[in-house]
Amino acid sequence: MRLIANLLFRLRAVIYWGKMREELDEEMAFHIEQETAKHMRQGMSATQARHQALSKFGSVLRARERAQDSWGVGLVQDLSVDARHSVRRLLRSTSFTAIVLLTLSLGIGGTTAIFSVVNSVLLRPLPFPDSHELVAVHHTMPGIGVPETPLSPALYLTFRDHSRTVEDIGVWRWAPVTVTGLAEPEQVAALQVTDGLFPLLGVHPSLGRGYSAEDVAPKSSYPVILSRGYWARRFGSDPAVLGRTIRIDGADRTVIGVMPAGFKLAGLSPDLFLPLVLDRASVSVGNWSFPGIARLRPGFTVEDATRDLESMTALASEEYGGIPLSVLESREFGTFVRPLKDDVVGAAGRVIWVVFGTVALVLLVACTNVANLFLVRAESRQRDVALRTALGASKGRLARQFLTESLLIGLLGGAAGLVLATGGLRLLLHLAPANLPRLEDVALEPVALLFTLAVSVLAGLLFGSIPVMSYGRSGLVEPLKEAGRNSSIGRRRFRMQTVFAVAQVALVLVLLIGSGLMIRSFLGLRSVPPGFQRPQEVLTLRLSVPASEAPTGADAARTHQQILEHIVQIPGVTSASAAASVAMDNWDSWEDLEVEGFPVTEGEVEPLRRMNWITPGYFTTIENPILAGRSLEWTDIFEQRPVAVVTENYAREYWGDPSKAIGGRIRENRSAPWREIVGVVGDVHVTGVAEDPPSVVYWPMYMDRFWSIQDYVMRDLRYAIRTSLRNPRGLLPQIREAVWSVNSDLPVSQVMTLDEILAASLSRTSFTLVMLGIAAAVALILGMVGVYGVISYTVAQRTREMGIRLALGARREDVRGLVLRQGGVVGAAGLAIGLVAAVGFTHLIAALLFGVGPVDLATYGAVSLLLLSVVLLASYLPARRAAAVDPMEALRWE
Amino acid sequence: MDRNKPDMIKGTLDMLILKVLSLEAMHGWGISERIQQISRDELQVNQGSLYASLHKLTREGWIKSYWEVTQNNRRARYYTLTRAGERRLGIEAEHWDRLAAAVGRIMATA
Repeated sequence: MRLIANLLFRLRAVIYWGKMREELDEEMAFHIEQETAKHMRQGMSATQARHQALSKFGSVLRARERAQDSWGVGLVQDLSVDARHSVRRLLRSTSFTAIVLLTLSLGIGGTTAIFSVVNSVLLRPLPFPDSHELVAVHHTMPGIGVPETPLSPALYLTFRDHSRTVEDIGVWRWAPVTVTGLAEPEQVAALQVTDGLFPLLGVHPSLGRGYSAEDVAPKSSYPVILSRGYWARRFGSDPAVLGRTIRIDGADRTVIGVMPAGFKLAGLSPDLFLPLVLDRASVSVGNWSFPGIARLRPGFTVEDATRDLESMTALASEEYGGIPLSVLESREFGTFVRPLKDDVVGAAGRVIWVVFGTVALVLLVACTNVANLFLVRAESRQRDVALRTALGASKGRLARQFLTESLLIGLLGGAAGLVLATGGLRLLLHLAPANLPRLEDVALEPVALLFTLAVSVLAGLLFGSIPVMSYGRSGLVEPLKEAGRNSSIGRRRFRMQTVFAVAQVALVLVLLIGSGLMIRSFLGLRSVPPGFQRPQEVLTLRLSVPASEAPTGADAARTHQQILEHIVQIPGVTSASAAASVAMDNWDSWEDLEVEGFPVTEGEVEPLRRMNWITPGYFTTIENPILAGRSLEWTDIFEQRPVAVVTENYAREYWGDPSKAIGGRIRENRSAPWREIVGVVGDVHVTGVAEDPPSVVYWPMYMDRFWSIQDYVMRDLRYAIRTSLRNPRGLLPQIREAVWSVNSDLPVSQVMTLDEILAASLSRTSFTLVMLGIAAAVALILGMVGVYGVISYTVAQRTREMGIRLALGARREDVRGLVLRQGGVVGAAGLAIGLVAAVGFTHLIAALLFGVGPVDLATYGAVSLLLLSVVLLASYLPARRAAAVDPMEALRWE
Repeated sequence: MDRNKPDMIKGTLDMLILKVLSLEAMHGWGISERIQQISRDELQVNQGSLYASLHKLTREGWIKSYWEVTQNNRRARYYTLTRAGERRLGIEAEHWDRLAAAVGRIMATA
């Protein structure tokens, strides 16, 4: 009973602290009144009586404190009192609080946003059970400059049959299909997968079954598995979908399963999964087009698996034939595995770490800035604190107050930072390259929240401990003695501030140089002639003519021709054509071609050439000049003439001059007919402007016996449509109309302007550039505030000294120079340290640079000059103030 | 302040308050006056400790308080003993008797 009453009392004390205190005060006031009245009754005067009463009562404050102590809620109360005092102090110095909060929230917000990305993309394991056992399997052919290629089906089968280090291995292939009969014809993203793939990933269809060995064997009935999203979108999540048939590329396929929600493979989330059918009788070593995924057997490492799989090349060659072992050896052919996560994240990891490092630097700048502001503030409160110590406040109590104040600021900064991070993350996702892996998984997460909390608490403790530490050392008498000036403590604190300012300048320099180099890279990339002109006027889209719509190759070619003719009729369209791949759209096909008159010596191999298949008018549309000969004609296509157009670099490599290449003959392999070069065009940076343009060979979209296929036709083409409009997308409805006027079963997909394709290929550079740029701009502002703060502070400290100098006859310019020189020293020291640090930092981003080295003197010089002038500007304002000091005023100030 | 007056022995203030309140409900100043009167000015209540003691006793549930208007129309907080406080007073008084007797014996013989 009493215990409960006790608790209730304490609870009341916590909640109604203020009211209880009022009551206490009233009670004590009453006491003193009564005492006064008593003395007056004994004949004292009112003043005397009151004085007597007060003196008997003793310190009211002390009595109040002791009574409050007896309420039994001391710790809670002290903290809340400290917090309340802190809030009051912070509210009183609005500009201090605003600057500190802004600074901290920028730093913490940025770090949290980027940390969310780092965590989601780089740190979090892939969403598969025991995902650390999953590895990606690749081939490599360094002998012909191919660092990695997907697997050959023959090697996949060999690995699966014989490997002792992997539990199972599966391969897949990207294979978009056209689905008809459900709604309007639709091009649908689809993957072909082998039967082992889902089980080894540990993922099973949430409805129905996965693929069996029969499904991937020849004579398969080609069933289909739907993605969760497609099932919901097209079938309203109807469980009765199992057993239904859908029409894929003109053939009926039975639905046997639905994958669980969120299933993704290599960052792809296709709508359909089809069986990947491999016929052991017809596969051979070669055809490097199947990405492989394996699960390691327990106890085996990535190195074990690499050694194991690499040893099977001869076995595969023996079993399946194909490219002879000697040729493979000359290509330095090999196989290697690496963790699947590395494969998914890939080179993006570097960009993200660079951005993270950058933002961490900004946080550091922000923290030094805040620390500096706190130092200045601590200085101004030094005497107040010393006084309170002298009056009996314990050191621990004072320390707690400082810590509470800075923790409060830290937490508030963290909260504001969190808001900023949420917005920043949205901005980040908007800016980030679309091909950044796992991007759709990025969200502000509990881990990121914890991270913010940790950062803000740490920041708070850091700032809080600075004044505490210096008071701990200074003792209490000294600050009272010194008049706030020219003491040893003042000097020490000033040294600390100067160190901070120098560090800031150094950090800002590193960031500015980083973004300077990125800007130069970006400008460099944009100034490379990509091999086409005015890309913003060219609209592109993919269009596939399946065999169900146009059975023969000639039919398909005719359909494409008719569609193109209809599109050209549209007002605003100046030309239209199509190609398997337009510019850097990531569609590629490579082959080592034989050139007549240039026999390959034994044991050597031709380098791989990029191939493309086009319709007439392609070079006109993208505006790539024809340097010699002619382009392709529709007659070349319909008569299946053995002709080709090559790029200038290819022509020069063999014939020395574009015009001499005309009439030269090439073929894809020994059993193929020779194909004659009829035209030479300019080089095209199809692998991205950052890389040297590869040699490209353009074939007609419909050919005779290519790769020994009788009627070789490219059914799936990217259309390029040049318009005279500023926004070519506006023509999309008319273009669809034109397509459907020829065949209403053909879907239009992947609509992009050529400019967007180009921008996407530059997205990694531009993303890094934007991030570094923002970081550098923020850091520059913070650094300027920091330097300004330090210099103004010293000017304020040295007002008397300036006064004396002026009184003794120093000219105002001399005083101004004195202060400016101090800024110059800070700037120069910061630049010196920063330049050294920049060399280290920029090597980290060397891989992202283009046309400029990590140590680029021009950039370093220009940025240093810029920063030095900013520092001088930041010190000029206080310098002017120092020079304007009135000597009499300054001397009288004490 | 009179140097010859004995200090209040630590812990006795609580007991004295309980004792004084066992007679009638009283406000803080009244308690302090009453102790002084009864002790014929031998005991001076440290008024800084008085309210700490009163609030502590309240927290412990031995006394409770209520606000009332005095004869000259001022609001004052009155304290009164609870049932638990009465029991507590009994215990404390007994302790005190034993302590005083023991101290007395030592002072008489040693």
